Amino acid sequence: MSQQFPALIIIVPLLAAFFIFTVSWINRKLCFPIAVLSLAISLVSAMGLLGMVLSNGPVEYRMGGWPPPWGIPYYVDYLNALVLVVVYAVALINLLACRQSVRREFPDKIGSFFTLYVLFVTGLGGMVVTGDAFNLYVLLEIASLTGYALIGMGKGDAALSSLNYIFMGTIGASFYLLGIGYLYLVTGSLNIADIASILPGVYDSKVVLVAFIFCITGLFLKMAFFPLHGWLPNAYTNAPSAAISLIAPLTTKVMIYVMIRIVLYLFTPSFSFGALHVGSVLVWLSAGAIVMGSLLALGQKSLKRMLAYIIVAEVGYMTGGLWLGNTEGITGAILHLVNDAAMTLCVFLAAGTLMFKIKPSVAGELQLDDLAGSFTKMPYTMAAFVMGALSIIGVPPFCGFFSKWYLLSGAVTAGHYEFLAALLFSSLVNVVLFFRIIEIGYYGKPGHRAESGHSIAHMDEAPLDMLIPLLLVAAGLLAMGFYTDDIVTHVIRFAIPAGIV
Amino acid sequence: MKIIGFIIVLLCGGLLAYATSDFPYWGDPASPASMHVSAYYIENAVADTSVPNIVTAVLADYRGYDTMFETAVIFSAAIACFFLLRIFTPESSQSKLYRHIPTGITLRIAPGGKLPEKSDTFERIDSSWVPHDLIIKTACRLFIPFIQIFGLYVIAHGHHSPGGGFQGGVILGASIILFAVSNDLRSTISRMGEKITAFLCSAGVFIYAGTGALCILLGANFLDYGALASLMGVDPVSARSHGILIVEIGVGITVMAVMVSLYYILSSGGQLDEGL
Amino acid sequence: MHDLILAIMSKYNYWIYIVLLMIGLYAMMVKKNLVKKIIGMNILQTAIILFYISVSAKKDGTLPIIIHGPHAGHHPVRAADYINPLPHVLMLTAIVVAVATLGVALALAIKVYQQYGTLDEDEIHTRIRK
Repeated sequence: MSQQFPALIIIVPLLAAFFIFTVSWINRKLCFPIAVLSLAISLVSAMGLLGMVLSNGPVEYRMGGWPPPWGIPYYVDYLNALVLVVVYAVALINLLACRQSVRREFPDKIGSFFTLYVLFVTGLGGMVVTGDAFNLYVLLEIASLTGYALIGMGKGDAALSSLNYIFMGTIGASFYLLGIGYLYLVTGSLNIADIASILPGVYDSKVVLVAFIFCITGLFLKMAFFPLHGWLPNAYTNAPSAAISLIAPLTTKVMIYVMIRIVLYLFTPSFSFGALHVGSVLVWLSAGAIVMGSLLALGQKSLKRMLAYIIVAEVGYMTGGLWLGNTEGITGAILHLVNDAAMTLCVFLAAGTLMFKIKPSVAGELQLDDLAGSFTKMPYTMAAFVMGALSIIGVPPFCGFFSKWYLLSGAVTAGHYEFLAALLFSSLVNVVLFFRIIEIGYYGKPGHRAESGHSIAHMDEAPLDMLIPLLLVAAGLLAMGFYTDDIVTHVIRFAIPAGIV
Repeated sequence: MKIIGFIIVLLCGGLLAYATSDFPYWGDPASPASMHVSAYYIENAVADTSVPNIVTAVLADYRGYDTMFETAVIFSAAIACFFLLRIFTPESSQSKLYRHIPTGITLRIAPGGKLPEKSDTFERIDSSWVPHDLIIKTACRLFIPFIQIFGLYVIAHGHHSPGGGFQGGVILGASIILFAVSNDLRSTISRMGEKITAFLCSAGVFIYAGTGALCILLGANFLDYGALASLMGVDPVSARSHGILIVEIGVGITVMAVMVSLYYILSSGGQLDEGL
Repeated sequence: MHDLILAIMSKYNYWIYIVLLMIGLYAMMVKKNLVKKIIGMNILQTAIILFYISVSAKKDGTLPIIIHGPHAGHHPVRAADYINPLPHVLMLTAIVVAVATLGVALALAIKVYQQYGTLDEDEIHTRIRK
């Protein structure tokens, strides 16, 4: 059975999604348990796969029994297995926390929400684990389509924001497809490992250069790398809370994983860093992305919009880390991928919980001033939010500190001091942003929006099934900080291919 | 905005045109794209799967995993439209139109008024109604069964002629949409209801993924149809051919149901009572 | 000069697809009406499909269906006789994805229309600001 883990990871949620949709017409109460069960099975398989990879090395699974490159293989190595565990863990924890919020926002469409949810996670998981470039495109489109629908059901101008997201996302995916087509034209194969072995013979072809540019540009569009980030703030602010705490931690991070896979394993480092001298330009662009993301976050009054701009800055961290081109930088990028998924989940879950309990003053968007006095009313939620904030700022022993440390040392080694400056600047801005919230929450009086009407508010804490997953994630941030050394030496060090100094 | 757009377009176009100088000539049989993987497919498809149509063999067997996810894409499009638009309690702020058949008088019932009971003299019409045309209705009624037979033929004969699950499914869906366009949406929904369409959407993809899961239970890898040989009592190569047929049928069912469901939801704005 | 003309004439299919791609991209970026942007998206995806299909052509090749059926075995199949089937397979998938994206985009456009009463982007922005 353990041989079939790679298939089980994808098949069980896929079958469950179809099942949930059919069952929702008969009995609505069964949808949630089926979704939880399927994601739990996938998480167990993902952890089993990670164990297998740690003990025996990379695992290959052949779909349909055909050897690559005739068939489609799943190729699970160190990088994959780690990201896979992260994806399913985030999805499962969020699913447990979002049940009440879903029941409040879409009471009659629970079945289709969970179907879209499970299909989204399946698409992301498949993207992480596949070894075929075209298969990646198909799974990218599954994840994107379900994401568009989940975002489009929010309040305010969610439909328009989602439509803009469709336009930019489709251009991104089409550029990626074009790049893969060009690679097929000169190599004749679609398998990642196969292309990587044929490409060195055609490195000086203009076709490969243009393919590289289009693939990377397409991925930049999908991961909201400044200045192609226009869709992200609107889409993430207007989406329903249950959906956004799934989409925000995962979408951009999995796109960054795809970029790492393509830059390091498809176009091997000798091409990406050697033949092409774009590394410095991209590090400058990443520094710009970090600075602009942080500056734009400073000017926001709405909580979710501020968090969305912080995500734009975080994307800059990881992209810059990859293009620094040295071991510490890439280690920092991969470690930050894992950490940022957890940190973003923590703050977005906390924001969702706050939105569930506090009535916002501006329709739909929770303003920062609405959080006045929330430390007394909802202490546990705010405690978890503070832990997420400290991790984003980069305070030890939280995990955010360690990934920033690797990125900083990578920047120093490569001599890219502008990246170092941008990282420090963004940490300072994050301090300002989050301490502003802490100050409003701690010192502000819970005003006219208090539920009870007293000026001394009693505790009106969130329901337990939203609180426990949130505290679990916050504790996880601490645990990942303590185990950073294990993660780096046992997993990430093997994920970086040979050829990087 | 126009100038920025123009500059971006010129840059992208220029970049792509720059790359064409290194392309192989059009139609060159020795280009890298035609060697290696695709040459293997052409030379070995019949020996491996006994299906002469190489496109079907590659689609449903060698790269069958991709096709399963493609079917999941179209399924998620149907779910997405359902999730976004479907309204179960229609707004009662629209006035309804009824037509008295013997005299041809149209009644407009204001919101909240009493609706005429179901009888043969009153029929409900759409707000954008045109007088029914006997020629169109009769011609479509005569065509639709033949279109459906052709759709079934395309699915079933996909092994030997161009065709397969997607093409046949779209033809079948088009036949039902033709009925909805020539008559009205309500009579189509009474014949092919929303629940049965939703069930068929999931059933088709379930057949596909279920066949793959069956292969796992029989001991081989996912979607390795050779494992079905023990179940069907034929040799592995013919089992692949039969496996391809089964998944094509699943794909056809899903595509038909999704086309119909998308038409229902999009043409009536989610309310499923008044269509085009 | 002769080389340039030869280069253009032997690869004219690629020039056509580039022109279509740029038309689609321009429409998506510049047009104000939401439906025109959706049409531009469709043109973009169709251009890429056309590119892949044109890659699969071969001089003197025929349809990729083995002519004598499964009971051949007389002469071995030669790859140069049949056109390349792989891009056709890939584009079946891409067409389905394009249709699915079109469906979801139209559903969202209907939702926008139900909310704002117009499909023009400038109009919608003025209505949001009010």
